[in-house]
Amino acid sequence: MSTGTRLLSLRGISKEFYGNVVLEDISFDLDRGQIIGLVGENGAGKTTLMRILFGMPVIAETGGFNGTIELDGQPVAFKTPFDALDAGIGMVHQEFSLIPGFSTTENIALNRESLKTNFACDIFGKRMSVLDRVTMRERAVKAIHTLGVKLDPDMLVSEMPVGHKQFTEIAREIDRKNVKLLVLDEPTAVLTETEAEVLLSSMRALAAQGISIIFISHRLHEITKVADKIVVLRDGKIVKDVPVAGVSVQDIAAWMVGRDVKTKAAHLSVCKDSVYLNVEHLWVDMPGETVRDVSFQVMEGEIFGIGGLAGQGKLGIANGVMGLFPAGGQVTVGGQDVILNNPHAALNSDIAFVSEDRRGVGLLLDESLEWNIAFTAMQAKRQHLIPVLGGLFSVRDEKSMKALALEYIESLEIRCTGPRQRAKELSGGNQQKICLAKAFALKPKLLFVSEPTRGIDVGAKAIVLETLRAYNRDYGMTIVMISSELEELRSICHRVAIVDEGKIAGILPPTADVAQFGLLMSGLGAGKNGDAA
Amino acid sequence: MSSIKTFIADFGWPRIIIALFLLSLFVAAPIVGVDLGASIGDVLNRFGQNAIMVLALVPMVQSGCGLNFGLPIGILAGLLGSTITMQLGLTGLTGLLVAILITIVFGVIFGYLYGKLLNNVKGEEMTIAMYVGFSAVMLFSILWLVLPFNKADLVMGYAGEGLRRSIALEDYWGKLLNNFGQFSIGGTPIPTGLLLFVGLCVFFVYVFMRTRTGTAMTAVGSNPDFARASGVSVERMRTVSTVVSTVLGGIGILAYQQSFGWVQVYDAPLFMAFPAVSALLIGGASVTKASMVNVVLGTFLFQGILTMTPSVINNVLKNELSEVIRIIVTNGMIIYALTRKTKVAK
Ligand SMILES: Nc1ncnc2c1ncn2[C@@H]1O[C@H](COP(=O)(O)OP(=O)(O)OP(=O)(O)O)[C@@H](O)[C@H]1O
Ligand SMILES: [Mg+2]
Repeated sequence: MSTGTRLLSLRGISKEFYGNVVLEDISFDLDRGQIIGLVGENGAGKTTLMRILFGMPVIAETGGFNGTIELDGQPVAFKTPFDALDAGIGMVHQEFSLIPGFSTTENIALNRESLKTNFACDIFGKRMSVLDRVTMRERAVKAIHTLGVKLDPDMLVSEMPVGHKQFTEIAREIDRKNVKLLVLDEPTAVLTETEAEVLLSSMRALAAQGISIIFISHRLHEITKVADKIVVLRDGKIVKDVPVAGVSVQDIAAWMVGRDVKTKAAHLSVCKDSVYLNVEHLWVDMPGETVRDVSFQVMEGEIFGIGGLAGQGKLGIANGVMGLFPAGGQVTVGGQDVILNNPHAALNSDIAFVSEDRRGVGLLLDESLEWNIAFTAMQAKRQHLIPVLGGLFSVRDEKSMKALALEYIESLEIRCTGPRQRAKELSGGNQQKICLAKAFALKPKLLFVSEPTRGIDVGAKAIVLETLRAYNRDYGMTIVMISSELEELRSICHRVAIVDEGKIAGILPPTADVAQFGLLMSGLGAGKNGDAA
Repeated sequence: MSSIKTFIADFGWPRIIIALFLLSLFVAAPIVGVDLGASIGDVLNRFGQNAIMVLALVPMVQSGCGLNFGLPIGILAGLLGSTITMQLGLTGLTGLLVAILITIVFGVIFGYLYGKLLNNVKGEEMTIAMYVGFSAVMLFSILWLVLPFNKADLVMGYAGEGLRRSIALEDYWGKLLNNFGQFSIGGTPIPTGLLLFVGLCVFFVYVFMRTRTGTAMTAVGSNPDFARASGVSVERMRTVSTVVSTVLGGIGILAYQQSFGWVQVYDAPLFMAFPAVSALLIGGASVTKASMVNVVLGTFLFQGILTMTPSVINNVLKNELSEVIRIIVTNGMIIYALTRKTKVAK
């Protein structure tokens, strides 16, 4: 709870990227032990504001910012994140910054390792001291305990499910001794609801210890649940700065978008009787998301949901079918066998995939939006090419690539300066939309979408779900949607399968009781009762 | 004001400093009594000599294999091309064309093997490439001695076998490209044919990088996981880029030899990779991105400095300082580029 003493004041913060104004005259205050919920549409400037606060080099490299920041009544201007850390600010970024080959403990204690001195230190100084692994492990266990989660302190990051990575990041920030302010940029985006609950309660616990928190999320109910006050950004300006009491999710959504957001009732298409995707005894060796033995059938024109807790294997299914990780078993699409372990073959079977790992697999960060959207269609379908010398070879058709990009920029309302902008300059949610555009551009008959709405705002979420529905309805596209958000699956799918320990625990109709889904997820379901739907 | 700032940011300080330095050399040349016309002709000639070897680096940079310090491998293919053609006694245009053909054959074979090797050392390409280049040159130093060359003007006079260190090209196709359509403007000879040949090669790579394969290659360099998920074979693209790079390296040395007038074997190929790499970096390329503009601009600036410093500075100081400057520029540029974390190339 807020103790009433001021910790942080932002005064008149403005920022532009090469003439593109993204923040204008931002001012707000934060008290000790207070939690601010910072919300706004994709590209509203939330991450940029936090980068300014944290002294991220990208800000100085792109021309700095205007305005002042006061911490404990002292004006501060951090030149690097290290200065910010020294001043007691911890930040969990929207994208992970862990070292994959290190364990949980090593990542938590990184750069602040506990050291044991030995005789060499007397001669050569502190650099010769060795790591005190026992103490480090104790510290890690303590930080993990504060969060109230179950994490293996010795597991390698590269083998963790995303949810655990997220908790490791947060544990790293609270392990610091002097931390006064914690900035959490969409920490719950990669978490399932149950995991998010755990995080929210640990945030409350931290606030009670006097740590202030700036919490960014597109899951607005989390904001109303945990925040003391809400700051709403729209197009780089503050449009609301109010205490949370009495504010509803609908109110926030309306403030963010500047109009009422309609949550349309699901209008499902009717799917055909024929089986389109048939998966039998699939196993996939994907680190952190192992699939052991999965069999299911998806009807033509169906939207099939796959849910389950992080690390149970729901992500592995799509990655395995697409040939991105070693897999085995039998997969047929439209009666044809899909050759596993071969991405090209999968694409040729008219399957497309939107990966959950958008920065790792989903995007060419250094290339333009045109390239990002058109590339897969060019390679897999030989589109957007102009034949030269009577078809001897063909070169890129930049005009049609541009037209394609513009088409999706408009239909998905992607916020950018144009099709030539580089993907890495977009906000997280807009990057997600690029990944979707890339898959839509393939006009697939079967689409796997992994976490399609991760990190995108309420308005955009409605657009994405509506687009998926429209493709399903108008083109008869069969969709397999994998998501951590059960509500989302229930709102759009014909049937929802829950994966537990690398196997399908059960398949339920979306109308089934939440408690039933809960039972399946916790491994206590009625066992494999197959096609309950 | 801000437009000047963005221009500088885009263009990069090192390039601006080097360009200004070169400009001041051109200005100073007539003052210290150096013949400006001849110097410019010299710069153009050396530009043509070296540009294709710089160009050869581009495909591998784009595919994520880094700077091709193994350029000598391509050069060896080129040396085989010219020496075998000379042994066959072919001269003039026929000779040059056959040499190019043989170079392409060996370039493809060497490039393929070299590419396979690099696929096994992802992330360490540049270091390994350097060692591979060195080893290959050493291996060939033996081969030049034992291969059955026996034409009198190729082999060492007293032994009657084993290639000479330097073989004159005069009676074969020396200066063939340089002299093609050569004319002069105000005392500056323009090596038309050579420049045209370079232009042709640059155009070839430009078009190649825009094909479906070239685009896939660039994506592999940018994000291999993305490329793989799009159905592109990462290994294959890297191998193709290495093959193209190696063949171009070979053709580059053919262009160099005909202008220089000599074929140099044994350890000569060792000294070709570094200048090419520096030239590309001076042109504004990074370890992961390179364009045709980087090649042309970089070769011009680098060769310009190399040509102008000795004539101007030595005229003033009467010592060998120019050599020091050359080494500082070459190696300094490589270090600068390798340590820089942000990318400049656009
Ligand atoms: N390095 C950059 N160069 C140019 N423009 C940038 C850069 N970083 C961010 N932007 C632009 O600034 C705007 C705000 O981006 P920001 O990442 O702060 O949005 P956000 O509110 O965090 O959105 P999201 O909810 O999608 O994460 C966007 O329009 C984005 O394109
Ligand atoms: Mg953001």
